[in-house]
Amino acid sequence: MNKAWPAVDVRGMSKVFPGVIANDRVDFTANWGEIHCLLGENGAGKSTLMNILSGMLCADAGAIRIDGCEVIIDSPRRARELGIGMVHQHPSLVPAFSLEDNLLLGDPSGLRLRRRTVVEGLSALSSRMGVSLSPADIVGELPLARQQQAEIVKRLLTGTRILILDEPTAVLSRIEASELGELLRGLREQHLAIIFITHKLPEAVSMADRITVMRSGAVVGRFGPDELARHDPDLKQNIVGFMFGGRASSAERETKPGGPLARREGRRGAPQRVAAEPLLDVRGLTVYPGKQEVGVADVSFAVSAGELFGVAGVEGNGQRELAEALVGQRALDGGQILLRGRAVGDLGVSERRRQGMGYVSDDRWGEGLAPSLPLSLNLFAKELGEGLPGRRWGHVSRREISRAAGRVISEFEIDVPSPDVSASVLSGGNAQKCLLARELASDPALVVYHNPTQGLDLRTANAIRDRILRMAHEGGVAGVLISPDLDELLLLCERIAVLAGGRLRGIVDSALPSAGECIASLMVGAASVGEAP
Amino acid sequence: MKGDAGALSPGRPAERVVIRAAARAGQAVLPLAAGLALGAAVLVALGRNPLAFYSDLFSAGLFSQAGLEASLTRLAPLLLIGIGYIVAFRAGLWNIGGDGQFLMAAAVVAGTAPLLVEALPRAAALILLAAIGFAVGGGWALLPAYLRAWHGMNEIITSVMMSYVGINLANLLIKGPWRSAETNVPQTQAVPLDDLLPRLGTSSIHIGLLVALLASLAVWYALRNTSTGLRLSILGASPRLAGHAGLPVKRLILGAFFFSGGFVGLGASIEILGVWGYMRADWNPQFGLALFGLVFLGRLSPLAVIPLAFFYAVLEIGGRDAVRKASLDYDFILILIALMLITLAVSRYLNWRRTVACATPALPPPSRDQARTE
Repeated sequence: MNKAWPAVDVRGMSKVFPGVIANDRVDFTANWGEIHCLLGENGAGKSTLMNILSGMLCADAGAIRIDGCEVIIDSPRRARELGIGMVHQHPSLVPAFSLEDNLLLGDPSGLRLRRRTVVEGLSALSSRMGVSLSPADIVGELPLARQQQAEIVKRLLTGTRILILDEPTAVLSRIEASELGELLRGLREQHLAIIFITHKLPEAVSMADRITVMRSGAVVGRFGPDELARHDPDLKQNIVGFMFGGRASSAERETKPGGPLARREGRRGAPQRVAAEPLLDVRGLTVYPGKQEVGVADVSFAVSAGELFGVAGVEGNGQRELAEALVGQRALDGGQILLRGRAVGDLGVSERRRQGMGYVSDDRWGEGLAPSLPLSLNLFAKELGEGLPGRRWGHVSRREISRAAGRVISEFEIDVPSPDVSASVLSGGNAQKCLLARELASDPALVVYHNPTQGLDLRTANAIRDRILRMAHEGGVAGVLISPDLDELLLLCERIAVLAGGRLRGIVDSALPSAGECIASLMVGAASVGEAP
Repeated sequence: MKGDAGALSPGRPAERVVIRAAARAGQAVLPLAAGLALGAAVLVALGRNPLAFYSDLFSAGLFSQAGLEASLTRLAPLLLIGIGYIVAFRAGLWNIGGDGQFLMAAAVVAGTAPLLVEALPRAAALILLAAIGFAVGGGWALLPAYLRAWHGMNEIITSVMMSYVGINLANLLIKGPWRSAETNVPQTQAVPLDDLLPRLGTSSIHIGLLVALLASLAVWYALRNTSTGLRLSILGASPRLAGHAGLPVKRLILGAFFFSGGFVGLGASIEILGVWGYMRADWNPQFGLALFGLVFLGRLSPLAVIPLAFFYAVLEIGGRDAVRKASLDYDFILILIALMLITLAVSRYLNWRRTVACATPALPPPSRDQARTE
């Protein structure tokens, strides 16, 4: 290690995934003895960059220098030899093993296990770092914060000098997060280079010696120790500006004449929220935190008929818990859900569906579709009772189901040769259209759309958005649109709630000129406002 | 699974059906022949004449009046156990406890039969006994189902454990309360031959075969053309979709297990009432094991399992004769069956590679099936 050279020096790094430029000529430098925060929203390319550094991905172009030497990192093993260690967002230790066994798992020394060395190394390291980890602890029984410490210890024991942490505080409480900060500051004193991926602004500002901001695969801002030390009151706003860019202009970008935005503008003129009673009224909704979930706490909002209500937030801040609690896939731990004034909080999924509630899941292949079953069955999976086409005296005609599925397929422009192909042949966009069709064809009053356009190309995404908007506008189908994509929410929704850490941080009127900035700072916890009138 | 064949075969619907059926039959026959050929190689290595062995086997199991009747009689319980498994497997549930369900039902039927045939008219007694067998087999499967549905416990383990309990409890019942005083060997009191299941025509085949065939048809229809059948398919294909779609998952699990064990129990009743008339302690024909492979090779189709189970019955019945004549152990038949299961599986794999792997334009992300394997 030579203090004269930066620990990591990346030049012109590019990585392209099908349809996405994940890294676009990224330059990035991290120094020894510094904590370097890599800041950006989901999909900004932070994790891609770090996965390249740790040998999980191969770059398409670019050069990496470690401690001044140009290197090629073609495998995780090579990264480890170079002293690069990455701690992933979710613990990667074996839960059923003791800590000692977990540490031995990564031991590259061959057949003979060096138990004594590992145990001694662990006790030396934990006393130096001020953490209490015992080799006999069963990892799965440790709290998440301690598991994370264990992961860091494991990296250090295998000779890591460049420590990468991918959103380490996402699953931690505030106190645990500040403890982690202490630990990292201790490691900084030992001249390790620490790269810390996060989207939480306050954390980055309080901890980092340097901040690099990424957006859409490119580095858009760098903040050095001088700027960070100055305690400039505008600093946070500046960083937020870099993270999210100019929202107004980026929303315009996708607008075409007659496109979704124009429709919404048209709707703006119409009287809003005339109904005295909201269609959906959520009061104090609470779901306790679970394994690697933050839960939701005391969430209240109301949606009127035909309205699209947005829920913004970085993924993993309670969105799934909220969606599943709303539609009945998860029991409430507190609060009430009223649909047309009737309490539905105790009803199951199918009863709520009968009351007019639909759910487009974010997990297309996990729970949305059964890939091995024919598309026609998938389309009617939620209608196997009386609503099934061609059902007489308990007899169900598969041909009738196929025929009805064919009608849905053509109505929703799903591109498949026949309704009886297995769902596994669907592309992502067509699969998403199926999920949408399944809900919208049943004439719902309100649909919870969860990340409806994730992973889709722009054209398909726009088609989906257009459909959602049209159903709300013309069909009067209200929607709760949960999405990490701020542009999408600004485009479709009149009011946008911000979910962070399982709580609603505020509800913003998207007509406000500064709505984007306002939501962005709420998302990263930089500010707090009440509901806009 | 269901939508893959149609896309490839050209022609009009009627032609297509014929082509598809022929293709399927070919897919089954060729690997069976390959399995026999491999078996022949083993026979040669053992210094036996394979031609003589196979001619003994098939004449004793298929091409003689008595052999054919014995094989068809054996087919009846095999078929019922097979469709019992299919009901559970279609729902993605592993009912491994077939032997316990079978023996519990057999013991209760054999134990109560002497009383009931005496008290009731023959038809009423037989129908009631069949229902008892169904209920006992199904009931024995309910505990694993309950533990799975309400407490998420692995049904493979619980159904196997219940199987051990069932096997031994059945023996206890036969050696204890239902032991006949007339014999030295511990067994239940025999039902008079005239009160057993009626025969088909002049043959020795009992009416249970008809019951089994009808049950296969009924299950085939129910799985394909009723709401409940489609719900089970969805539960089997993706439990998470079942939850997402709001299907009554717990009730489905309970029901699937009850009918699964019920058909196994029905198989036991007709074996007792059609063939034996009594049950001897420590009797355990272990029909269940080979059927696992067969029902999967039949793609969990209640119709495809008919020829496969019949072939298995022929091997079992004819095999006993053939191994004795060739002075081999009966274990050789098990080897032969295993070889056929392997060749069937290999041909299934090759066929899959040819059709699915090449014809499918795009595969969804690899994470899609993980929920199934938990």
